[in-house]
Amino acid sequence: MTTMTDPPKADGFRFGQLINDTRYRSYTFQFIAIVLLFLFFGWLINNAMNNPVLQQVGIDFGFLADPAGYDINQKPIEYTSQSTHLRAALVGGINTLIVAVLACITATIFGVIAGVLRLSNNWIISKLMAIYVEMFRNIPVLIWIIIIFTVAANTFPAIQDYRGDNPTNTPLLGMFAFTNQGVFIPSLVFDGAGGWIVFAVLAASILGIFALRGYARKKLYDEGKLVKILWPSIALLLVPVALAYFLLGQPISVENPVMGRFRFEGGFLLRPSLIALWFALSIYTGAFIAENVRAGILAISSGQTEAAAALGLRPGRIMSLVVLPQALRVIIPPLISQYLNITKNTSLAIAVGYMDLTGTLGGITLNQTGRALESILLLMAFYLSFSLIISAVMNVYNNSVKLKER
Amino acid sequence: MKNSVILGTLAVAGLAAAGASAATLDDVKARGTLNCGVTTGVPGFAEPDANGVWQGFDVAVCRAVAAAVLGDAEAVTFVPTTGKTRFTALASGEIDVLARNTTWTFSRDTDLKFDFVGVNYYDGQGFMVPTALGVASAKELDGATVCIQTGTTTELNLADYFRVNGMSYEPVPIETGAEAVQQFLAGACDVYTTDASALAAQRAGFANPDDYVVLPEIVSKEPLGPLVRHGDSEWADIVRWTLNALISAEELGVTKENVEQMASAPGDNPEINRMLGTEGELGAMIGLSSSWAKDAIAAVGNYGEVFDENIGESTPIGLQRGLNAQYKDGGLIYSPPFR
Repeated sequence: MTTMTDPPKADGFRFGQLINDTRYRSYTFQFIAIVLLFLFFGWLINNAMNNPVLQQVGIDFGFLADPAGYDINQKPIEYTSQSTHLRAALVGGINTLIVAVLACITATIFGVIAGVLRLSNNWIISKLMAIYVEMFRNIPVLIWIIIIFTVAANTFPAIQDYRGDNPTNTPLLGMFAFTNQGVFIPSLVFDGAGGWIVFAVLAASILGIFALRGYARKKLYDEGKLVKILWPSIALLLVPVALAYFLLGQPISVENPVMGRFRFEGGFLLRPSLIALWFALSIYTGAFIAENVRAGILAISSGQTEAAAALGLRPGRIMSLVVLPQALRVIIPPLISQYLNITKNTSLAIAVGYMDLTGTLGGITLNQTGRALESILLLMAFYLSFSLIISAVMNVYNNSVKLKER
Repeated sequence: MKNSVILGTLAVAGLAAAGASAATLDDVKARGTLNCGVTTGVPGFAEPDANGVWQGFDVAVCRAVAAAVLGDAEAVTFVPTTGKTRFTALASGEIDVLARNTTWTFSRDTDLKFDFVGVNYYDGQGFMVPTALGVASAKELDGATVCIQTGTTTELNLADYFRVNGMSYEPVPIETGAEAVQQFLAGACDVYTTDASALAAQRAGFANPDDYVVLPEIVSKEPLGPLVRHGDSEWADIVRWTLNALISAEELGVTKENVEQMASAPGDNPEINRMLGTEGELGAMIGLSSSWAKDAIAAVGNYGEVFDENIGESTPIGLQRGLNAQYKDGGLIYSPPFR
């Protein structure tokens, strides 16, 4: 920029130049702005330091090592009321991640389906999808969470119906019990190391199937040979697992929920709070993702579709082979934002009593210890790191699908 | 030059911040109203009536303090607080006094830097269950789903009680008492636990109170009382002695009805005279007018009247005096002397 303006004059520097001379003017304003910014933050920090309460209480993270004293219902890791506040925060953090990951997956599925179907030529389907999108994204997600929670609590059969010697209601297939205290489902019980070996075999089989697909694709592109992979894939999925399962003496068993004195024992409980939060975040964010998907698809010129049709591709394949891969380049960046939104919106969990990070560290711990400033700072650090990690991972994916330019 | 400006600004800001907290009494007088933190709604304790006027046992404490300080029991701005927001509201100065059935505990008094000025209700944590469940004792609750108001001492007592008795339970944490009751009525939990007084209050509001029972076990001590910030002892004294005036008034037979007449001229009992300002200068000692106690009692009545009117046996809540009777009647309610 400086080369564009007049060369500096020889007769020295005058104060007036700070305002009148375009060479210095921007520096002057930047300097003023930064001084004002510093003053503002200095004032805020100083105010906080002079706060009599803060001065007396001080900042001290020592409370994290004290026993928490309260119980948490959904415990993905070992936790009792005698565990520390730090561990309670960790349990909350994992619960946040559980619901965030679940909601991201289902929101993406809802979003892609709704976004594609909204462009359908079928009038009813496209209008239904338009109604879905407009209804869900225009009502606050907190309201949806509460609506779904209330509906679940009041429409699922009361758990009393399952109690007693002659229950009026029995679990579906003896395995699934839908109650107003949650959905009880069977759980898998791993019998020592054998169970884990079977699990590892399954994981290895799935990797094998991906390898097989890669091999088939390479054959197709390099040599033009079409390798049939459907039956080999199924065999690869089932045979090793079945062999391992029976060779190791059936180390995995299914545990069905059985009615106890008050509620089902054994099995796995999907709590109403988790269901409400998961479902509400999924359909709400799904509506936004649907619009991203629609925008992505519309960004691909119709000439591509017509060209693909002219080559004889069927509509389903046009979508999956031609349009969607290109549309992803438009869809992924806003999708990252939606995933971040889901993660942050999980903090609304407290409305339905889901024990996420805000519920444990930012709720009960904060309350019982009174360490508000410390808890909120930690909370910010947790959410910031979650979000940055999600961004980083999604950016890697974005780089892998975006148009390669050199 | 820039540096000195920064320092100057900081110094001024610091002075302003320090000055704001010093004398709550002066702040309240200058403002003309008392900011009083109450619950978001517990029948009998603090709840707006049909006309939007706050009524209740805890509300009476706020009104008595306002009457003593400002001479006007209506000069109160009620700030509804949840279990989570109450301490921040008090610590930040948003409210001058918190009268929100808050349990006096060691860590709240010391670590959180508050001053509990007394106890206006001796409570204990209880359990309520549907009658149909056929439970007679809290010891039978192994495996039950329990609704709790989160951020309260009940949460910790509950964990301790079940752990000590070797029982398991499923906690359902809920933000406010009203929502907890809704969940309990919908059957989303088998047990609702909170202070026994609040259980009785909530149960009174149910469509079919007889379908629910409060179990006999009281699993904790919950002395509930008003509290103020640490560091302003003069203000703590005012709230403490206003509460004591209501308690002494009951003991000495001073009521809403006769307080005007008793305060008009010195009577036979010197303690009544000192309290009502017809003898000595007790009001001046705490920076209030000589009629401060008379104003408070005239506004809300004595402790017994407040109790009977809001939560006593003649109300739907129907609590007995029990521990909250005067010490002369076998309770724990006791005021130091006005001397």
